[in-house]
Amino acid sequence: MPKYTKPPSHLQEILKWNGWGYSDTRFLFNKKGQAEFTGKRYRLSGMIIPALQNWFEGTFGASVQHKSPAMPILTSSAVQPPTLNEAFVDELKSTGIPCSHDAEDRVFRGHGHCLHEVFALREGKVGRVPDIVVWPNCHNDVVKIVELACKHNVCLIPYGGGTSVSSALECPPEETRCIVSLDTSQMNRILWIDEKNLTAHVEAGIVGQELERLLNESGYCTGHEPDSMEFSSLGGWVATRASGMKKNIYGNIEDLVVHVKMVTPQGVIEKGCQCPRMSTGPDIHHFIMGSEGTLGVVTEVTMKIRPMPEYQKYGSVVFPNFEQGVACLREVAKQRCAPASIRLMDNEQFKFGHALKPQVSSIFTSFLDGLKKFYITKFKGFDPDRLCVATLLFEGDREKVLQHEKQVYDIAAKFGGLAAGEDNGQRGYMLTFVIAYLRDLGMDYYVIGESFETSVPWDRVLDICRNVKARIIQECKDKGVQFSPLSTCRVTQTYDAGACVYFYFAFNYRGLSDPVHVYEQVEHAAREEILANGGSLSHHHGVGKLRKEWMRETISDVGMGMLKSVKNYVDPKNIFGNRNLI
Amino acid sequence: SSDLGHALRTYSPSPYEGAPSCSTADLNKAVLESQYLRYVTKEVGSSHWDEDVRQEVCRILEEMSQNLQLGSIRLMAYTLTKVLKRLFTGIFVNMEGLNMLQQAIQESPVILMPNHRSYVDFLVISYILFTYDIPLPVIAAGIPLAGMKMVGEILRRSGAFFIRRAIGSDKLYWAVLSEYVKTIVRKGCAPLEFYVEGLRSRTLKSLMPKLGMMHMVLEPYFKGEVYDITLVPISISYDRVLEESLLAHELLGIPKPKESTTGLLKATKVLQEDYGNMHVNFGRPMSVRRLCQGKINRCQYNLIPRDLPQKPSAETQACVSGLANLMVRIQEEGSLISPWSLMACLLLQAPTTVLTQEGLLWHQLTEKTLWLRKLALDFGAHLNWPGQVPDLDVMSSTVTLHRSVVHLKAGRVYLVREEEPVRKHPISPELDVIRTAAAVLMLASYRNQSLHVFVRPCHAHFPIYELFAFFWFLRDIFSNEFIFIPGKSSQDFEEACFLLNKCGAVDISEQEVIVSDARLEVLSFLQALLQPFIHSYQVMFRYLCEDGGNVFTEKQVLPAVRNRATKLILSGELHTYEALSSDTQKNGLSALQRLKTVTKSEQNEYRVNKAAVRRIDDILCESAYFKYS
Repeated sequence: MPKYTKPPSHLQEILKWNGWGYSDTRFLFNKKGQAEFTGKRYRLSGMIIPALQNWFEGTFGASVQHKSPAMPILTSSAVQPPTLNEAFVDELKSTGIPCSHDAEDRVFRGHGHCLHEVFALREGKVGRVPDIVVWPNCHNDVVKIVELACKHNVCLIPYGGGTSVSSALECPPEETRCIVSLDTSQMNRILWIDEKNLTAHVEAGIVGQELERLLNESGYCTGHEPDSMEFSSLGGWVATRASGMKKNIYGNIEDLVVHVKMVTPQGVIEKGCQCPRMSTGPDIHHFIMGSEGTLGVVTEVTMKIRPMPEYQKYGSVVFPNFEQGVACLREVAKQRCAPASIRLMDNEQFKFGHALKPQVSSIFTSFLDGLKKFYITKFKGFDPDRLCVATLLFEGDREKVLQHEKQVYDIAAKFGGLAAGEDNGQRGYMLTFVIAYLRDLGMDYYVIGESFETSVPWDRVLDICRNVKARIIQECKDKGVQFSPLSTCRVTQTYDAGACVYFYFAFNYRGLSDPVHVYEQVEHAAREEILANGGSLSHHHGVGKLRKEWMRETISDVGMGMLKSVKNYVDPKNIFGNRNLI
Repeated sequence: SSDLGHALRTYSPSPYEGAPSCSTADLNKAVLESQYLRYVTKEVGSSHWDEDVRQEVCRILEEMSQNLQLGSIRLMAYTLTKVLKRLFTGIFVNMEGLNMLQQAIQESPVILMPNHRSYVDFLVISYILFTYDIPLPVIAAGIPLAGMKMVGEILRRSGAFFIRRAIGSDKLYWAVLSEYVKTIVRKGCAPLEFYVEGLRSRTLKSLMPKLGMMHMVLEPYFKGEVYDITLVPISISYDRVLEESLLAHELLGIPKPKESTTGLLKATKVLQEDYGNMHVNFGRPMSVRRLCQGKINRCQYNLIPRDLPQKPSAETQACVSGLANLMVRIQEEGSLISPWSLMACLLLQAPTTVLTQEGLLWHQLTEKTLWLRKLALDFGAHLNWPGQVPDLDVMSSTVTLHRSVVHLKAGRVYLVREEEPVRKHPISPELDVIRTAAAVLMLASYRNQSLHVFVRPCHAHFPIYELFAFFWFLRDIFSNEFIFIPGKSSQDFEEACFLLNKCGAVDISEQEVIVSDARLEVLSFLQALLQPFIHSYQVMFRYLCEDGGNVFTEKQVLPAVRNRATKLILSGELHTYEALSSDTQKNGLSALQRLKTVTKSEQNEYRVNKAAVRRIDDILCESAYFKYS
């Protein structure tokens, strides 16, 4: 057997193999039945969450007595032995680039975080996974690997942070060649910072929080904060057209990227200068962004950076109903005065957020909470079953932030919105990172769920929210789900011409023989409903293999032809064979 | 006093989505400020939304809008209790339908779609819903009702909104109406009630649905503005219709009195009579979303603003028309068929002279009626035949109830003709024909109540080598006369064969339809049932080929055809008085238009292709005089 070497830094060791995030961090119901969040990494870590059990049992008809635990460890026998291309492996080893065909390493890179992927892992089921994992250390390593792959006709699947939710990392079952997972995690350096032009040249394997941490040390930031930023990588963002929470100030990935280097079977593609804008035919960056690993591996990116903001302030507004909330967001967008982030949660999510309040330490805080509730529901007459909340984040220099804040609150007041405090706002954003852990808790108790997103013109926002939520409820009923599902949404981004909407959907699957299949049918129906209501196939999650079937109607026959002809030129042997997108 | 108690009862219905009903002012404001109206204003030529147009829209809204108020409903409930008690022995409502409706109203906007057979229909649904604590509907009504003193305002306050009759090319009016209706559906303020047939049927036969209102009502679903819409077909069946004689006269060209309050007061004499029972059958609520599955691509609205006025796509038109026809079919299926309707079918198959002179043997009629009852049941009809009472008593009390049409004397049944005032001169033969015709048409309208049960098998009573051709030909000719769902001809054909097979009239084996000799009775009944229509159309067609010019107007042709029919009846060449009905004549004309043998110009002139009409007449002739061997 050939000898393998593993790279020195290995994020895999502190992450779960069959769920979201860090191994030391999870929700659980303790012996008293109270919910607890373990670990030390988050603000909520180590706290008791008293209301969660009630909400959980009430919303899903679940019970903390009915457990559906995951398999604790992976049995190696569940993993098929690797199909190795010996000639390729020999030459690869001679380059000295680290690689492994260890079962755990392969399984870890054979999935993203779609429900069906995680559900299968929890049951200890493993399908087709990569045969070897390889860890290039720099751009030149990638060039060598791609050359060897072409020479020996093996299939390459680039791997960044593994946070995909589009089945993009699934190995095509029909692939008979040796599949090599190209893990970019060792390419995680900032190569230079150009303070005159405010750009940074960064290797594409760096994950979001590391990039921010390193830039912060020099007093800068990118401001790109997708919800997955703890784990997702720069290369992944480029390959999927990612969007960040604070895009109103910093822009989405396509606005942030100045220069990209990608290694393809035809060679390296990049521009010859680092200019802010060019009129030189179709922008080749747009062949790269959103290519989802079908054309090559992004190795280095020059990105815009900004000085770190002087001042940050959270905020929140309560609206009497969702309609008013959407009208307010629309007005904010119209006046182009959106804060760094503005998100509107519907009533169900508002209640969900409330259930996640940690135990308060002082009687005074709980008294204040009670008073606030009284003021809003009794004094102002808001119906607790209709009201909804917007969370806000302002950033910039202090004076401007305060001015901006006033402008936004004034608009909100016109739509019946009441300021509801910084604390509620901050908790809202913190929940973004924590919510993914909650799915694992649900799965311990027969509850499965997922989120999905779309973008939609302003005049259709309310309609799409109502119709998709109703469709989910109806489909669950039709498909034999015994308990009413959680079907909720929030508006997470505003644009001049529309908004991005995020749906959460979960249900108790007790009594179903094939819950994942039911789940997939419902999600499929929900996506059809989105498209029928003028929504997009995806705002930022990408297409992967999960949403491929709708590509043709999304971009037209000619559009498909264009993408295919690019693929045929760049990668005629389908070396980058993950079969995403087209 | 208990009537008063009923009117003052606590009324607290559970509305759609728990939303508070929106006020008249809110509704009108939403319409006035809609983007759609802005676009339309630009289209009708006004370059900007100026004050004139705005005022015109306000005027239209003022004329149109309902003003539903609980107080008026209570007044209405009180009056209606009094009136209905006097007119009817009982009003029967199917409770399971009402319960389903109650549930449906909380889930999505509901459209109530009753058939329209009498003026009494108008507030009956509201009355029932009030009684059972269900949100009251707003109701589309014809503008003449609004013109009635006091009554117009009472109706308005009971939820009626008023629509002009001939909207024609008045784009602004059309737009205001459409936005008004769509806003009601979108907001789910109240259930919306409208007559999909458009008018009160003069013949008690279902009318071809009108599609304008249907388009308006369904569009919010097509455009995703609501998750779903629920359609509730409602069948109102009367043992005896108040307007029976008025309707017959109208069909003979004697105009109906204008809707007026004094007219209404004069009509109080009809209140003295007994009209038997009224049955209101609330159909199963139907989800538009499910009905449209696979028929509508909702993405068609993705690339243009949804408010932009647009002609509906061919796909949408087909879907709407299919749904409208389906609703009418379900109304038909849900209606209750009285013994009287069966008897009317049979009475009309006797020669008219027998009915007017020697009389039809009572025992013959009763035996045949019992036979027909079995056939109707085989065909799946909903009969309203009291079970606890001996059959003979049922039939004789039926005849008593309808003494305005027939009377029973010494074991024979006679047609009752209207009393003529004493005259100096003997009545002219032409006038005598009209007198008989009025009675025949009354009888025909009661026959029409059960026609839908037999109409599909009627079209398939032919031997196999002609069957397919004839079935399609007749379905085509008569699709203005009877309700067929467009594009469903093979289903209709299969249903017809299935029913004929079920009642034993034919054996269908190995794709061959064999008439079994013993069952000629069924087939000749079906043939005779259709014959008045065939003969009436023939009178029309022959007039067009032989007498008329190449170009004519409707005003010219109807009296001319009536004259020709009268002459033929007097000379004994034509046996059906139904040829005198303007309804049948108009339907015949529409059929020719649909078959493109007659074309209508913009000046409302018709141009006829005589050779083509003659060809159609020849085939019709063949099908009418077919004899079973």
